[in-house]
Amino acid sequence: MKKRNLILKVILPVIAILLIYGIALGEDKIIKMSTTTSTQASGLLDVLLPELEKDTGIRVKVFAKGTGAAIRDGMDGNVDVIFVHAKKSEEEFIKEGYGTKRYAVMHNDFVILGPSDDPAGIRGQSNAASALAGIAQAKALFISRGDNSGTHAKEQALWQITGVPLETRKTEILKEGQKGEICFVFPENSKDWYVSIGQGMGKTIIFADEKKAYTLADRGTYLKFKYGRKESIDLEIVYEGDSLLNNPYGVIPINPARHPHVKHDLAEQFAKWLISPKAQSLIKNYRLMGEQLFYPDNMKR
Amino acid sequence: MDLLTDSFLSAILLIASLDSEVFSIVWVSLKVSGISTLLASLMGAPLGFLIAYGSFKGKRILIVCLNTMLAFPTVVIGLFVYSFISRRGIFGPFDLLYTQKAIIIGQFILILPIIATLTIAAISRIDERYRKTAMTLGANRLQTACVIFREARFGIVAAVIAAFGRVIAEVGISMMLGGNAKGFTRTMTTAMAMEYDKGEFILAVALGIILLVLSFGINLVFHFFQGRTRT
Repeated sequence: MKKRNLILKVILPVIAILLIYGIALGEDKIIKMSTTTSTQASGLLDVLLPELEKDTGIRVKVFAKGTGAAIRDGMDGNVDVIFVHAKKSEEEFIKEGYGTKRYAVMHNDFVILGPSDDPAGIRGQSNAASALAGIAQAKALFISRGDNSGTHAKEQALWQITGVPLETRKTEILKEGQKGEICFVFPENSKDWYVSIGQGMGKTIIFADEKKAYTLADRGTYLKFKYGRKESIDLEIVYEGDSLLNNPYGVIPINPARHPHVKHDLAEQFAKWLISPKAQSLIKNYRLMGEQLFYPDNMKR
Repeated sequence: MDLLTDSFLSAILLIASLDSEVFSIVWVSLKVSGISTLLASLMGAPLGFLIAYGSFKGKRILIVCLNTMLAFPTVVIGLFVYSFISRRGIFGPFDLLYTQKAIIIGQFILILPIIATLTIAAISRIDERYRKTAMTLGANRLQTACVIFREARFGIVAAVIAAFGRVIAEVGISMMLGGNAKGFTRTMTTAMAMEYDKGEFILAVALGIILLVLSFGINLVFHFFQGRTRT
């Protein structure tokens, strides 16, 4: 009887208090992050986040989506920090006051994928723009992300320097009572060979593989699909290595002036940890299928 | 609330500007859903009729199975069809994946059970005396069937409406088998899902509003068929 009393009166409350305290403590150090699918799909976050928790106690809830949607999450204050790769939109994001600062974390690169027989003869082109121009000239099937993602932004930027005549498609919508536009750039008269599918990187790679088409992809997702799955894909890298294909990733804490509820201090701490020597060397040493995927941007070589 | 008013106005703007892309999306949606509903109706309604009037072993379990198929997730149907028509599948050489035909196949599988089960339900409610009267009046089997079909018309058209509503609003199959290729397989729902992914919520909801307005129009037509002599 006495033993039971002891359990009821002392041990249980102590456990309860510890639990509540623990949960409260845990809650405090959780931040929400929207990021691009590539950081998660490549497995990099699985390496970084446990170390982050060890060092700082911060836990990160990750929402992986296209860069466009991730930035949108940031604008709406749905998350505390974003980790994306579309430098131009990121800079605008900060200019408009949604984020406090962009920390350059790392970069990797895009590659142009295509069928192994390379019908447009892209292999050995002198730069990325002429490679795309070659696809346009051959009217070889090209699959575009078409989803406002970082990859799509890069693709549009590349088309703009190819000299291929382009078409801009505008959709008018109303935003906060103001007329706004959503713009898209793509090669002119390309209905027969340019397919915009508005889907994520993985789906786009599968689509291109099915249709034996060309596409622009980030190296990490490509490697994952080429070697990381039971059913491999036939697509190969037909062009790589141009500095135009660099793909910089930045992390941006959301501005508390706009969204007072965000955990800015923790987000800031997280961002600074990402550019710390430890995280940078973790990024440098991360390998997928034996290949280095990301190159740290804040490391003295 | 801003999102809703903005979306509503944007929907009007999209329609008013005769946006060619929106029209293409609407057209693909209507065409694909229309064909799959038509095919599924042509097969599902007679199938439901045969099951309702047939007496065979395992009839009850067949009905239970059909009812279960109403709960088929679109993703499962999508994957199932995908495994057959992808380049590595049996029907790979036909190059069906990411075409409108692929969506139609998937949607057909999705709604066939809906039409069949609802037809069974509609026919089961018809008074047995109709059948007997028709037969005593000298109707042959086909004529009797026609009498019953006529009587069950309200329920059968309701089945078709339900099926059409399911496919026009469905996104999983269209996305997986159609692939949301602009101008080819982009339907209203896949376009909405994509705009959501892009963070363009206003455009997504605007498209949703257009979809609802269209459905309203189509249902008006259906209603005409359904209730012409009833009211």
